[in-house]
Amino acid sequence: MSQPELQLEDSIPATTDLPMEHYKTLASYIGGLEDKKGSLINVLHKAQELFGYLPKEVQLFIARKLDMPAAKVFGVVSFYSYFTTEPVGKYTISICMGTACFVRGAEKVLEEFKKELDIENGETTKDGLFTMKDVRCIGACGLAPVVFLDDQVFGHVTVDGVREILKKYRKEHEHAD
Amino acid sequence: MDRMRSHIMVCGGTGCTSPESEVLIDALKSELEKVDYEKEVNVIRTGCFGLCDQGHVVKMYPDNIHYVNVKKEDARDIVNEHIVKGRPVSRLMYVAPEEKKNENKKDQTGFSKKQYRIALRNCGLIDPDDIYDYIAFRGYEGLARVLEEKTPSEVTEIVKQAGLRGRGGGGFPTGMKWKFTLRSPGNEKYIICNADEGDPGAFMDRSILEGDPHSVIEAMAIGGYATGANTGIVYIRAEYPLAIKRLQKAITQARELGLLGKNIFNSQFDFDIEVKLGAGAFVCGEETALIQSVEGSRGEPMKKPPFPSESGYLGKPTTVNNVETLANIPSIILNGADWFSGIGTESSKGTKVFALAGNVKNVGLVEVPMGTTLREIIFDIGGGIRGDKEFKAVQTGGPSGGVITSADLDTPIDYESLKKIGSIMGSGGMIVMDEDTCMVNISKFFLEFTQDESCGKCTPCRVGTKRMHEILDKITKGQGSEEDLDLLEELAPMIKDSALCGLGQTAPNPVLSTLHYYRNEYEDHVIHKRCTANACEAWNKYYIDPGKCIGCSLCAKACPVHCIAGAAKEIHVVDSAKCISCGICFRACKFDAVIKPMER
Amino acid sequence: MQINSLDQLIKIREGAMKKVNLRESGEDAESITELMVGMATCGIAAGAQEALDALLDEIEQQALENIRVVKVGCIGYCHSEPLVQVNMPGGEPIIYGNVDAERAKEIIQRHVMKKELLDNAILNKTFNKA
Repeated sequence: MSQPELQLEDSIPATTDLPMEHYKTLASYIGGLEDKKGSLINVLHKAQELFGYLPKEVQLFIARKLDMPAAKVFGVVSFYSYFTTEPVGKYTISICMGTACFVRGAEKVLEEFKKELDIENGETTKDGLFTMKDVRCIGACGLAPVVFLDDQVFGHVTVDGVREILKKYRKEHEHAD
Repeated sequence: MDRMRSHIMVCGGTGCTSPESEVLIDALKSELEKVDYEKEVNVIRTGCFGLCDQGHVVKMYPDNIHYVNVKKEDARDIVNEHIVKGRPVSRLMYVAPEEKKNENKKDQTGFSKKQYRIALRNCGLIDPDDIYDYIAFRGYEGLARVLEEKTPSEVTEIVKQAGLRGRGGGGFPTGMKWKFTLRSPGNEKYIICNADEGDPGAFMDRSILEGDPHSVIEAMAIGGYATGANTGIVYIRAEYPLAIKRLQKAITQARELGLLGKNIFNSQFDFDIEVKLGAGAFVCGEETALIQSVEGSRGEPMKKPPFPSESGYLGKPTTVNNVETLANIPSIILNGADWFSGIGTESSKGTKVFALAGNVKNVGLVEVPMGTTLREIIFDIGGGIRGDKEFKAVQTGGPSGGVITSADLDTPIDYESLKKIGSIMGSGGMIVMDEDTCMVNISKFFLEFTQDESCGKCTPCRVGTKRMHEILDKITKGQGSEEDLDLLEELAPMIKDSALCGLGQTAPNPVLSTLHYYRNEYEDHVIHKRCTANACEAWNKYYIDPGKCIGCSLCAKACPVHCIAGAAKEIHVVDSAKCISCGICFRACKFDAVIKPMER
Repeated sequence: MQINSLDQLIKIREGAMKKVNLRESGEDAESITELMVGMATCGIAAGAQEALDALLDEIEQQALENIRVVKVGCIGYCHSEPLVQVNMPGGEPIIYGNVDAERAKEIIQRHVMKKELLDNAILNKTFNKA
């Protein structure tokens, strides 16, 4: 006996602060998949692209939609470093920690960001402006050490350059308000 | 409108510091003025020609003649003979060393080429978004030929005879892999392209997918035909958005022309490709873990046997090939097994792409025949060490490899010879390190990487790499002892022998290799408590220059851990045991007296 | 359109080859100038998009015809990204390194329009160098 198809409303928690339209988009994305179970990782990518992160309720939603245990979804989310369960700041600072960047001083750049932002690697500043994380080699080794601020790339970053970068984005943020 | 008739190109661009080139350029210019040619002939400076042992090199454009060992006295002859009379100055002309057989025809300058492009043949030459560009360079001809003229078994035999081995690191013969899958019973088989390039410092797979995606698609179709698979899957890192976009576009174009889909080239052969994204897990480069991830699960490796060629994706026979391996396939089909096996060394055929990076002058993507020496790659192609520092070591094979010292620079590169000197071929990352790189710190870096990427399934890797990392961390913090070195040497072989997959089995390699070649550096850290490369945090503290300090005590007031001592108007001193390297004192000082650790 | 046989593929190739001949031999029946911009991730990260935009703007500004701008993959000379290769009929290809918007304009105004090579900007294509 096959179970009746779950309705969208059944899968969304009764109270949610997350945008309803993202749930709808995600549901129709899942609906269009041929091989649902094998597509968990692609679904998680889509969800993170929509919501920005993967909180518990989104993971539960996906589990129900794909008809698999929530533990399996969480197992996959926690296994892969690309997925995050915490909301991120307005700007994400990604510091490349590939070997080429490392031998050209990425470690010192990372330390400088920690000091300047007063957060640890992987955390978000209290004002919600910056999230900082180290990333695996992005392959722009010719520009080492490399730092990404969202899509903007900064090459040959020095310790002194760190403050310049942050200043630029703080200014941009102030003007945006 | 002024139009320049010809150009004299003088080597010595921004990279060349030789003052001689200025003199030569001035001499040429003044000779041109004497004959009133200065408006028609331009003297320009270019980047290095890579023939530094030939003295100053001058190239005439568009005549395409090279003059070597040019001195300022020769300027007159070049202008009067070549420019005015149109006769090349034969005594200065470059005589190429005996031309190699496998000359790259794209390159017409006549120099003996160090580089030879097979896998990268189209990169930087074609528009990756236009399938017709690829077709113009004999694209999809290999696929057409195997479908019209060869049986699957013949195709696997060609690849086997060519001697192509896996470029992802392992070096397993590709033809054998294909044969195994072909022989496995079953109608449903798969071919997976491993584009989960996780090795830090390696970016050749990304470059191939971004620059020439069709070569990988064509090769997968050939491999599908040869192994009996009708579905191909490209497993690619989510961190490579541009490569994903170009690959997807290329797949769509191939489908539109019927080069993917049903009944390709009217041969009854069906083949299509789907793209699956990775999500940031280094272990997924291991083929069994990769298959788990493609199935949508945690990418944990499985025990072998059974091998994927028997039971892989969804339990069906599956071939997993790396991007660069596949990029070689169309050329092998077109030019034959003998052509390919004629390049390279006895055991390693063809070429290898290296991502040359680190403290080397010319960072770049290079493709060289197997058997080229490390010295040729680093010094001739890479231009040597940045800032004219001393070469210290080169690291190949990423977190699974080891360091190679200057004593072994003349080793010809192939799978076996690199193994013999304690490293591995790996996927092709080649990180050059100068004298300022601390070997203990670099092994700590790699162990931190493997420990972080260990999937946790087996204990030797999960716990073993963590313990090794802790010991290395202790040593770099100045708290290590000689016993720690013994402990490292005891742990390493244990992890190597008992870990489940390649990640754990190779994780101790960077430590073993640095311990072998640079034991003195480890001893410096644990016995003499110093880091000669000045890289380790224990000795990585701020310092006050007594010559500049005026005793204003601004730094002492600012220091959050109160580690700066000194009365007013007296020279201040940092207690490096307490210093947390926060840099606040550096910013507080108005007299540039506080020196950053790395500038000491 | 579907390609159904090797013969058909070869016919299509002959058509496509006219377009790329210039890149290999510097000979081209259509006498078109071709500018190739290295647009792999690292090229873009180093500013290849700005260079490309500047090239296109300048071509439009100068109302040039018979010129084609091609986006290509990694050219390999990572140390001097962004890279622009100029292929003109009758001359061998020239690669420029570190091309910013300013230099891109110069390439059009001087190299393409006046056949004048730029000083301090050419990378040598001996393949001996990375």
